[in-house]
Amino acid sequence: MDFWTLANAVASGLLIGLVYGLSALGLSVIFGVIRIVNFAHGEIMVMGMFFALLMFRWLGLDPLLSVPLAAALMFGFGYVLQLVVVSRVSHLPEHMQFLLLAAIAIMIVSALLLVFGPDAQGVDVDYAWNSFAVGELIIDYPKMFAAIAAVIVASLLLAFFKYTSTGKAIRACADNRMGAQVVGLNVSRLYALTFGIGAACLGAAGAIILLLFEVHPYLAPGYTLLAFVIVIIGGLGSLFGALVGGILIGVSEAMAALLFQPSMKSAFSFGLLILVLLLRPQGLLGKAVR
Amino acid sequence: MKTRKNSAVSRRTVLAGAGAGAVAAAVPLRHGLAASKIKVGILLPRSGPQAQIGIDCQRGADVAPEVLSAMGYPEMEYMLGDTETKVDVARAQAEKLINAGAHVIVGAFDSGQTMAAAQVCEQKNIPLVVNIAAVTKLTELGYKWVFRNFPTGPMIVGDAFKNQRKLFAAGGATPKSVALLHVNDTFGTSLAGALAALTPKFKMPYKIVEKIPYDPYGRDFSAEVRKVKGAKPDALWAVSRLNDAIAITKELVRQRVDLMGVLSTGPGWYEDPYLKATGKYGDDVVNLVPWVDYKKEMAQKMRDAYQKKFPGHSITANQGYTFDAMLIVADAFKRAGSTKNTDLQAALQKTNITNNTTIGHGIKFNEKGQVPYVPCGAVQNRGGKTLVVLPEFAAVAKPIWPMRPWNKR
Repeated sequence: MDFWTLANAVASGLLIGLVYGLSALGLSVIFGVIRIVNFAHGEIMVMGMFFALLMFRWLGLDPLLSVPLAAALMFGFGYVLQLVVVSRVSHLPEHMQFLLLAAIAIMIVSALLLVFGPDAQGVDVDYAWNSFAVGELIIDYPKMFAAIAAVIVASLLLAFFKYTSTGKAIRACADNRMGAQVVGLNVSRLYALTFGIGAACLGAAGAIILLLFEVHPYLAPGYTLLAFVIVIIGGLGSLFGALVGGILIGVSEAMAALLFQPSMKSAFSFGLLILVLLLRPQGLLGKAVR
Repeated sequence: MKTRKNSAVSRRTVLAGAGAGAVAAAVPLRHGLAASKIKVGILLPRSGPQAQIGIDCQRGADVAPEVLSAMGYPEMEYMLGDTETKVDVARAQAEKLINAGAHVIVGAFDSGQTMAAAQVCEQKNIPLVVNIAAVTKLTELGYKWVFRNFPTGPMIVGDAFKNQRKLFAAGGATPKSVALLHVNDTFGTSLAGALAALTPKFKMPYKIVEKIPYDPYGRDFSAEVRKVKGAKPDALWAVSRLNDAIAITKELVRQRVDLMGVLSTGPGWYEDPYLKATGKYGDDVVNLVPWVDYKKEMAQKMRDAYQKKFPGHSITANQGYTFDAMLIVADAFKRAGSTKNTDLQAALQKTNITNNTTIGHGIKFNEKGQVPYVPCGAVQNRGGKTLVVLPEFAAVAKPIWPMRPWNKR
């Protein structure tokens, strides 16, 4: 195997991994603060994909330009979902919360099927088929633009949590809910904000991913599973860990396909997951619970 | 001695009459009555992963009554069953259709689902007219009620090789190496396995230099295509589904994989969403598949009716073979003049249709219920349309081979 084949695989894995990482950020944000595992993760992202698809069809809007709109729409959806539905089951056992979100996921898929049908649909932007070469390294434009957009959105999110007062308040809730309540923070509002931000991440990721892949309602469970693998590898609740996990999965899948067989990609991802669970259960960048 | 008046209607008589009436109503008409209408149970995957294919097949059935009644065939009443793309549901739905009075079953697109329906039809002595299912053993198990006008797996593979030779000769370019890229589900693995194993037996001029299985539900196909590129084949032979075919084409273009041609055996590369999504980059792909022969009068009539009923939708083998299945039923019913199961079975055994819609010299079943040879075509994508380029007797255009480079389109 020559150097350029290897370099192409790594570059492609890195770019796609950044997008995967952004999608997993949504799951990590919600779990890190509210401590609820969002089983409707993939479905919310697919909603973002369909929204960007409609924007492209109706207004001719490039999916990258739809990112803020998709994020805003999904923020509203997540905010209301947390406030009206999820918050009411937060006192129930975890398995009941899982079931609730799984039920919401099924409802979303059914609704999408009803509206959009089962066919795969995509956008045909001007640069969809273009690539550029550096030596023998070939980078395709959609993947590069998607990765850049993912980095920008992830950076904005990290900056929000680090530098804004609301972001700090949310982190305070994540660290110590009781303490946050004692100092007068409106925890239920902050939880709704957090779910909204997680969903906004997914909306943005959905719009970005539409550049790369066709969308259909059955796509969602695959993305939910992928996000779980990424955040467990990166560390559940660690935002930076989600990005690192995404890159690791992207690159390892590309290498597995190249060195073994493409059909071994998933096996490789799950192998990595098992390895992390055995050797470092808190994930690569997660904090150990004592 | 007291005698009962004959004219008197006792409570017992009423009950007996009502009971007999109920039994008569419950027994399906199929048992021996001459009828002007036949009830056809159409069993297809209308939901689940094969839903779109099931809908395409159904559309083929939907235009049949209009076309066939204009040609003097008798009326058919449809009863619909959804297999949900599941074998167990296909079995249950076949039973349900028969219990509801279907005189004949048509279906079920997928080999596994059709096998399940065939077992039910054999138990119930109801004819099953297969629209699409390639598994060989379906007509090798001694079934008496199964009739199939669709090529078996070996027929599809054999014709794929035969048409390739003609294609290479027509284009004056023969590939020396081929990469085989296939989905790793049951369909893809078995078909690709057969293609790889039979390539030397058919003395093909090329070698399979790389056999690449992939997950049909995968998201990113860049690695698969990179592997193809690394093998440096002259041509690519794909066994795909729809979404992966679109993604693979995009990657072939972006990664600048120069090939003599892309061959496909199976779905995906000729379907409407593929042609729409890939545009000019989907052109020149050669599909080695069963297909419709528009040189036949019946195919032209089906196309006219189809375009009127479903504007903007193309006709593929799904519609063609399902239409032909309805034609087989209508023809048998017309000749039998009865909906009795044994009459229909006898009429089906004597089927001899020359004016059907699909490639081949007509429909005539052997003692196993199989049309002995159902030829496949080479169908090339051109300007968002699909044109038969081989065999010569069904061809409507000359093949383009080798394909035009990606950057010159």
